[in-house]
Amino acid sequence: MSANEKMLDVQHVTVEFHIGGLVGGSLLVAVNDISFSLDSDRPEIFTLAGESGSGKTTLSRVLLGDLVPTRGKVLFEGRDVALIRKRSEFKEFIKRVQPVFQNPFDTFNPLRRVDAYLFDTAMNFRMASNRSEAARVVDEALRNVGLSLDEVSRRYPHELSGGQIQRVSVARALISKPKLILADEPVSMVDASLRMEIVNLFRKLRDEQKVSVIYITHDLATAYYISDRIGIMLRGYIVESGPVEDVLVRPLHPYTQLLKESVPEPAPKERESWAKHIDLGTTEVKEYGRVGCKFAGRCPRVMDICRKVDPPDVQVGRQTVKCYLYKDSASAEVS
Amino acid sequence: MLKVIRDLLKYDGRFRIAFIFLIAVVVMIFLSFVSPYDPGKSFVVAMDAPPSLKHIFGTDSRGIDIFWWMTFAVRNSLVMGMITALISRVLAIFVGLIAGYRGGWLDRVLMSINDSFVVLPLLPILILLGFLLRDQMNLFLLGVILGFFGWPYDARLIRSQVLSLKERSFTRTAVYSGTNGFWITFNEHLPFVLPIVFATTINNLLWSIGMEVTLSVLGLSDLTTPSIGTALFWANQHGALVAGNWWWIAAPTLVAIVLFLGLYLLFASINEYIDPRTRLRLIGG
Amino acid sequence: MALLTVNGLCAYYRTEVYGISRTVRAVDGVSFELYPNEIYGVAGESSCGKTTLIKVISGNTKPPLKAISGSVDYNFGDYKVDMLQVSQEELRRNIRWKEISYVMQGSMSVLNPVRKIIKTFEDIIDTHERIRDKKKFLEEAQTHVNRLGLPTEVLNAYPHQLSGGMRQRVAIALATVFHPSLISADEPTTALDVVVQRGVLQMVKDIQSESHNTVLLVTHDMAVHANVADRVMIMYAGRIMEEAPTERIFNAPLHPYTQHLIRSLPMIGERSNKASLRGTPPNLANPPGGCRFHPRCPFVMDVCRTEIPELVLVRERHRVACHLVKEGSQ
Repeated sequence: MSANEKMLDVQHVTVEFHIGGLVGGSLLVAVNDISFSLDSDRPEIFTLAGESGSGKTTLSRVLLGDLVPTRGKVLFEGRDVALIRKRSEFKEFIKRVQPVFQNPFDTFNPLRRVDAYLFDTAMNFRMASNRSEAARVVDEALRNVGLSLDEVSRRYPHELSGGQIQRVSVARALISKPKLILADEPVSMVDASLRMEIVNLFRKLRDEQKVSVIYITHDLATAYYISDRIGIMLRGYIVESGPVEDVLVRPLHPYTQLLKESVPEPAPKERESWAKHIDLGTTEVKEYGRVGCKFAGRCPRVMDICRKVDPPDVQVGRQTVKCYLYKDSASAEVS
Repeated sequence: MLKVIRDLLKYDGRFRIAFIFLIAVVVMIFLSFVSPYDPGKSFVVAMDAPPSLKHIFGTDSRGIDIFWWMTFAVRNSLVMGMITALISRVLAIFVGLIAGYRGGWLDRVLMSINDSFVVLPLLPILILLGFLLRDQMNLFLLGVILGFFGWPYDARLIRSQVLSLKERSFTRTAVYSGTNGFWITFNEHLPFVLPIVFATTINNLLWSIGMEVTLSVLGLSDLTTPSIGTALFWANQHGALVAGNWWWIAAPTLVAIVLFLGLYLLFASINEYIDPRTRLRLIGG
Repeated sequence: MALLTVNGLCAYYRTEVYGISRTVRAVDGVSFELYPNEIYGVAGESSCGKTTLIKVISGNTKPPLKAISGSVDYNFGDYKVDMLQVSQEELRRNIRWKEISYVMQGSMSVLNPVRKIIKTFEDIIDTHERIRDKKKFLEEAQTHVNRLGLPTEVLNAYPHQLSGGMRQRVAIALATVFHPSLISADEPTTALDVVVQRGVLQMVKDIQSESHNTVLLVTHDMAVHANVADRVMIMYAGRIMEEAPTERIFNAPLHPYTQHLIRSLPMIGERSNKASLRGTPPNLANPPGGCRFHPRCPFVMDVCRTEIPELVLVRERHRVACHLVKEGSQ
């Protein structure tokens, strides 16, 4: 493996679903020609931001090997994830790519003790050969997230708070010493005041353990706090991407601007811009089916061509934007 | 385990009654091992004697002490019921878990077999089998046959439970913890499925004993072996009611009621106890 | 003239299962007032008692929840109600939906999944006023729904055909059909996307400014309160820690817990390190003695461990329960 090889290479991934009956019905393109990559030698936190219906959950399932894309491929350390068939290959893969799920109270079986999963992971991936070794491994992982085996031992999920469970969830993901963690909305069901602690863990993982994180969220504030790069998703497309400092501080795409403006700030003086009335517009399915730019129905700067043809990806500085507004002022058109 | 029984005894009225009834049944079963009379022998005591201190349930027209004969009857009926319950539970869990978790063609095949069994009219088939296998029919065989007919409903119940459990996040957590399919169904799904299994076990016991009684009353099982059903058969055969020997019918009926009620109440109270929701409240959720 | 006066309210969950009894003191001595024409926010982390508080206020107490002591008194002009004594019949006939509405977290608790939205409207209206003119009723329902920014087609849809945001807005439309004096909303936007959340909250604000009624908004998200509420009350472990107009809470919070709640929120453009609270959330079955926040307070003093601080008025419309702050001192 050369120094420049990509750890994760998502190449033109498209996922289509048939909705409706066997006869008739229509095509829903949940993920549309998405490409991005993460390098092996540079651990980073890459955020996929978007609202529900943006395709981010579908994309995360493809990245975890849970769903085979209709077109395109996902290469992890050079190997096509969709080709994983044998159990041994699958185990090798998930040893290196681990998930953190959204709902802390469903992540662990309410009838099982939480540490059981940690021990299972340690034993299944041969990180320990007996129970007392496993206890050491588990304790170390828990300490990495600010907990300890004593606190968590023999506890059921409902005895812990949402924040604590998410930490345990991250600890479990760390046991096999993965290279990549896929966190799907890990803090959206955690109290706002506790989100920072969890999200800080990801920063720590990147810096100390050299683990990359794909952080999927609709909360731009936490995304700004920890990401290196960010991709904004809308109805299956990445409409804007680049370093988080550029995309979130100087957003180019009208949708990113809308998202940023809609984030409520904990400061009453910002009320003016947030209070500006918005039209919640049409339902998901209608926007998915739209020809041309998916945002055309709600865009304050829409033009005729937006309603007819998909906009191209355009490079503006370090950002890539999928928008006609920047076509002419582009530094280069990205194919 | 003892603590569980103690808790239930203290707090659940149904369990108390069930406990008493079932202790009575168990005592009867144990007594069968020390019976002074051989159930196969007839004309050992006075005939047609009403219940008295010497013969608690009276005697029948063949000179058999009904009480001691019933101890064997209860033992045999219960053993047969347990054979049925065991076979059908194992089949139901096996089929339900596999069909639910694996899905795909295996699920379809298993469910087709399942549904075929469900629509079979059971009583006529059993009657037919009873006629065909008259000579070989004994309680053990009957238990096995009923076991092979008793699993479909529950397999489907278990399967649908597993289908919904598959979608839960914790199933995915187990997958990414490196656990294989078998252990996932065993560790993650079975605890949810157990209350159903338990509830249907008692149900199954009641059903199979009921079936046995029906078949025996119709004269289609091994009539020389004492069972609750054959007791009623012989009582009928000798025109007990007409002859005024009401105790001959009353005894098996009483025993059946105590057994059925005891089992039912046991099921109701234990079912609530092991229901995941109650368990959660118990551990403080 | 206060719309609602809550005085020393204690509401506990008492469960007894197989000999194990637990008492969870979810609301333990809460006193506050609501006035007409305001949006009052209740903030606090999960299991601080805010959902229990809103349930008791809305007359939704079912065993094992029981109001143990205190009072909850409504003043709807010439119609006064003691919520802790009122009968279920009175609640059903005259109070629910008409004077007070309760929007729960998750719209599916009020929307019947097997009936079209218009039918649910009918059901609710029918309980209170016989619908005599079907056509007129339909028109009014349409107007109401349109005024709130929802398309007319919504009335003919089944709940599962609508997105989460739409359903929540429908639930709010249902809650406002009789223009009640008080609308209580428990985490109405928690599961929603940020743009949809904005739309829903704007709808709530519009309704309030048009009908001049009172909205009680419960959410753990301080940023929502900052943009929507007029006054905010902070709850912790079943007690009120601080209560003040929104500007004051955010510009000069006095209680250490309030300060933490605000400082722990990230803002775009700012990457400074956010400190976290030590310790774990309180166990309401066995809460800490003295000030319930003391195990986690960065400024804890000896007195905090033994004496419960009283909720005192430190400035106009600003109350705090903390030993660090004396009455009338601001």
